[in-house]
Amino acid sequence: MKKVFTRPKSLKSAPFHYCPGCGHSLLHRIIGEVIDEMGLQERIIGVPPAGCAVLAYNYFDIDMGEASHGRAAALATGLKRALPDRIVFTYQGDGDIAAIGTAETIHAAARGENITTIFVNNGVYGMTGGQMAPTSILGQNTTTSPGGRKEKRDGFPINLSEMLAIAKGSAYVERTAVNSPSNILKTKRAIAKAFQVQIKGAGFSLVEVLSPCPTNWKMSPVEACKWIDEVMTASFPLGVLKDFTGDKKDVH
Amino acid sequence: MAFAPFHARRSQSRSTVPKVLMRGNHVVAEAAVRAGCRFYFGYPITPQNEIPEYMSERLSKIEGGVFIQAESEIASIHMVIGASMAGGRVMTSSSGPGISLKQEGISFLSGLELPAVIVNMSRGGPGLGNIAPAQSDYFQATRGGGHGDYRTIVLAPNSGQELADLTFEAFDLADKYRTPVVILGDGMLGQMMEPVEFRPEIPIKKLPHKDWALTGAKGRPSRFIRSLILDPGEEEEHNWKLMRKYEKIAREELRWEAFAADDAKMLVVAFGTAARIAKGAVKRVREQGLKVGLIRPISLWPFPFKALRDFSKKVKHFIVFEMNMGQMVEDVRLALEGGGEVHFYGRPGGIVPTPLEVSRVITSQYYQKRLG
Repeated sequence: MKKVFTRPKSLKSAPFHYCPGCGHSLLHRIIGEVIDEMGLQERIIGVPPAGCAVLAYNYFDIDMGEASHGRAAALATGLKRALPDRIVFTYQGDGDIAAIGTAETIHAAARGENITTIFVNNGVYGMTGGQMAPTSILGQNTTTSPGGRKEKRDGFPINLSEMLAIAKGSAYVERTAVNSPSNILKTKRAIAKAFQVQIKGAGFSLVEVLSPCPTNWKMSPVEACKWIDEVMTASFPLGVLKDFTGDKKDVH
Repeated sequence: MAFAPFHARRSQSRSTVPKVLMRGNHVVAEAAVRAGCRFYFGYPITPQNEIPEYMSERLSKIEGGVFIQAESEIASIHMVIGASMAGGRVMTSSSGPGISLKQEGISFLSGLELPAVIVNMSRGGPGLGNIAPAQSDYFQATRGGGHGDYRTIVLAPNSGQELADLTFEAFDLADKYRTPVVILGDGMLGQMMEPVEFRPEIPIKKLPHKDWALTGAKGRPSRFIRSLILDPGEEEEHNWKLMRKYEKIAREELRWEAFAADDAKMLVVAFGTAARIAKGAVKRVREQGLKVGLIRPISLWPFPFKALRDFSKKVKHFIVFEMNMGQMVEDVRLALEGGGEVHFYGRPGGIVPTPLEVSRVITSQYYQKRLG
């Protein structure tokens, strides 16, 4: 019998520990499919973060080196400079990349490091129990923004991808989501393109993925997917933010 | 008489390479490149800026050489982690305040079991302090400074020649034990020019193969390097594994020098620049007939506890001289276990006393203790 659907080769046979409805499982699968389709399993190195995805090396059947909180872009820089013909990607959450690791990320982009960053934005610190993230939107209830995020008290959410798109060294920046079949397909295309950008040596590439966290958002998985479309995308609009790869049709 | 496995090895490997006059910071950088270091990541801070400056030039002229002036000390130590994961010989350098920022990465290097060389050309502190030579980072270097149960090998050179030799040793030790090694110098050693002979350059292909490095899972199972171990049983086993490694280092990698200690009634204990000054002071008081010797720990961790304890069977009076308010003196007291009387003399803040000043302290103590 012919198999028409199976686990990507670059994912191990291990059940995910992620909560029901969490975007990480989907995104792991998408990345696994892209690695398989592009034939990268033997030459790709991943850098998981501190956060919910810290155990990513239990799931990806590729070489992986763990970074401390926020430092993935610096660690990936060291890896990539030492092994310029390998593909190096970081997988980071919003707290990791847009709070504690802001400097490392911005400077990796400014240097035009040939690395790819998958930035998972779910607007909360998931692993530590749902505290306010740098990307929690105004009004969002978290365990450290009771009554909703207020700009006077908590400041504004940060649009890191827009900032990174300004950096001269970034080649490709796109924001997608994994809340619907069509957005999942767009995310897959974006990640494949980001890896291609790296293979070409065009510079820093980043895909920000809006990802549901039903547990900490205190919603059902279906409500969480709807909330991304109806609320979150107003602060974090989907689309290509930068494309210096010559592929003009994607540019806004 | 010197306990001399380190010096013996050094003299054997001497080639006919002529001596060159070089600044200490340049010596460290050149020795690192000759030891096979191809990756350097750092951030400017005085008094060690000549290291990144030299590396930027030197590594740009070598195939595969990588120099990055990072956005911070934190970023630079994590770039070190990345290049080390890839299997390279890698170095960073800084001074006190910058080393404070690198402590996160040093803890991770230890937990991840990755080799790296970290140079601290220390300066006056705490806080911004100043840029003058000081030894106030002894605790920071030998007690880890970062979080978790770990040790770093700490080597304390006292001359340009030792900066060259110990830099070579540092890379070998780091690879041998898969652990970070700290070279603890100071602004004096970094800035001072001295004649130096370098060991011949090690060809990269002759460096030890690293069967744990991340290079892409080609023709082998995939690997991961991590320090997160959620299961307490597994984390305890990891800590035991690290401890067994540290115990082996403590047994096998002790380095220290004894000078004029055989018939001594009083011993001065000092490291690095302070030991250089103390040696001058000891020579001076010896000329006056005082039976005083010098013990110079070269590896600050592992610390030569047993050697000092053994000396205390014959010698009961010790003077510890440091360019700080008294840090290594705690290890000396631990070593003696009450078996000797310890007098501390310290000059912090970037003051570098003369041998004459230290010899006066020695003489005064010597007669107060009625040794002569």
